[in-house]
Amino acid sequence: MAGGIGSGPGKSARTYAGFGVPLILPAWLVIGIFLVVPIGIMLVYSFLTKEFRGGVIWEFSLAAYDQFFFDRGLFGDDPPEIEWTYILIFWRSIWQAGLATLLSLLIGFPTAWFIATRPAATRTIWLFLITVPYWVNLLIRTISMKFLIRDNGPLNTWLLDAGIISDPIHVVNTWVAVQLGLFYSYLPFMVLPIYAAVERYNFALSEAAADLYASRFVTLTQVIIPVVKPGIIAGCILVFVPSLGSFLAPDLLGGAKNFMIGSLIDEQFKGAAGNWPFGAAAAMILLSMVLLVLIFYARSQAKGEAR
Amino acid sequence: MAQSQGAVAVDIDDVTKLYGNFTALSAVSLAIHDNEFFTLLGPSGCGKTTLLRCIAGFEDISQGAIRLYGDNIADLPPNHRPVNTVFQQYALFPHMDVTRNVMFGLLRLGRSEAEARARAGEVLELVRLSEFANRMPAQLSGGQQQRVALARALAPNPKVLLLDEPLSALDLKLRQAVRLELQQLQHETGITFIFVTHDQEEALTMSDRIAVISDGKVQQVGSARDIYEEPDNKFVADFIGETNLIDVSVAEIAGDKALCTLPGGTRFTCPAARGAHSGQGHLSVRPERVSLADPAGALLTGTVTRLIYLGTDMHVDMRLSDGESITARVQNSSQTTIPAMGDTVGLDFEEGAARLLVD
Repeated sequence: MAGGIGSGPGKSARTYAGFGVPLILPAWLVIGIFLVVPIGIMLVYSFLTKEFRGGVIWEFSLAAYDQFFFDRGLFGDDPPEIEWTYILIFWRSIWQAGLATLLSLLIGFPTAWFIATRPAATRTIWLFLITVPYWVNLLIRTISMKFLIRDNGPLNTWLLDAGIISDPIHVVNTWVAVQLGLFYSYLPFMVLPIYAAVERYNFALSEAAADLYASRFVTLTQVIIPVVKPGIIAGCILVFVPSLGSFLAPDLLGGAKNFMIGSLIDEQFKGAAGNWPFGAAAAMILLSMVLLVLIFYARSQAKGEAR
Repeated sequence: MAQSQGAVAVDIDDVTKLYGNFTALSAVSLAIHDNEFFTLLGPSGCGKTTLLRCIAGFEDISQGAIRLYGDNIADLPPNHRPVNTVFQQYALFPHMDVTRNVMFGLLRLGRSEAEARARAGEVLELVRLSEFANRMPAQLSGGQQQRVALARALAPNPKVLLLDEPLSALDLKLRQAVRLELQQLQHETGITFIFVTHDQEEALTMSDRIAVISDGKVQQVGSARDIYEEPDNKFVADFIGETNLIDVSVAEIAGDKALCTLPGGTRFTCPAARGAHSGQGHLSVRPERVSLADPAGALLTGTVTRLIYLGTDMHVDMRLSDGESITARVQNSSQTTIPAMGDTVGLDFEEGAARLLVD
């Protein structure tokens, strides 16, 4: 999972390129047909004119992008002003995804560390337990979360019974619920790459740091974290990117006030209220943001290797 | 050079280390002197590395005390002990360049960036790595990495430097060169070195004193010459160099001499190790001290079972009358008559060449 992102074309890849072409062809075809072509279609659609009741008219138009960024009044002839609605949705998506990433990191790092420092036999069991929830469909998991945190759900009932609170905490339909949903959905994507990095970590380095008068905190911040950084970054990307485009958690747990980009795009392709070019444009803007994050990561990797 | 009357740098006092039911170190006591190149020598699993890790603070001791110039350090965490370690696989910080690696300990001790950098430059010059100061560890050869590890551990000017088989990852030629460098470095810096190795040649060539360790116990402490020439017990005699162990019956021990009967019935007087007792025992005789002679009047007689040609030397394996085998190492010179397989030959050795061991 993490390997795909971290590994560039190495020496061996070039050496075997001659043999590789026929073998790698199916993979290229799959990526071409199911990844590049659909994105191409999206890109084209985002520059077309919308057809009411869904679909597009084959006529070039910048209306979708214009609608995303500018407000031209009800009849479209006022002087353009910045349209904040969608930018706010994007902004909300970014901080929700960012916070979910941070939360996953804070919980995921110690978890991964714990698993990687168990004896080899028990490690497998812990890893298995981490992946167990993934055997259940994401939709069902998200709905289950709603049942857990709703006003008369087990969480509130328990807190009320224990006398910790006197009124149920309203979590459903708040940003906190979205946060919980995102965090719960993507935590393993943080744990697994960090686990892979910690498992390779040479614990003699921690001893060397302690031998050279470093406290535990300094050892963590100056030796352990920099050395397992590739795993941390891979985990952050694997949580941030799907969180950013997530629509199940905001839809089911957040309600209308906690709309995120995923839901916005989702809505554009549903029924008569839809607007395909606008949905495609929003998707393209989201994609550019994800690409920006990945480019940032790739550059930091390249810098690390060059040193 | 280290003098035996020098101050005690590290006093290991009755240290026992248990892992569950396993005794890794059993009541070990050693006094390591100031400015000494001291080696812990033993086979793998004997406890020598455990002892080093106890001094560094990576392992707690179950019992006893470890004193560093008089202060008990046994309860201090490793980052509060003024000793530094050169690790077996070097454990260089892979994300820092050579200079940063060397500066690490200095910065933790509160030196300024400039001070630490200057000191790092100094130490890197000492290990002749100045031109690699800006390289990353992965860009260095094994030998260079080893010297960075050495520089990093020397930079804070520790009272005692601990070296955990630092040469074992190097190839033979490099290892021999680094031995001399290490010894020289110890003389130049005046730091007490505690060196762990399983390689007896390494131990013999570099150390002021050696502690031979086996089964978590100190078997013998002494100079290279002491432990080679005057081994106390069977383990030491056998582990250090090659030796012949000859079954004898000891009639009497008088002072440091033993009167024993060799297989074949010859009576023989030789030095005895302290603690040797009468009854059945073993004599140690090094192969190079055994000479071939006329069977008539020789101490022992044997039948040649194998001849190994080694260029400068010849190994002659023989079987004694009691069925035990014995090896003589004969110099390959024109004066020597080399026996043939199956020949019956006489074997002689001087009184001082044999030693009755503690079993």
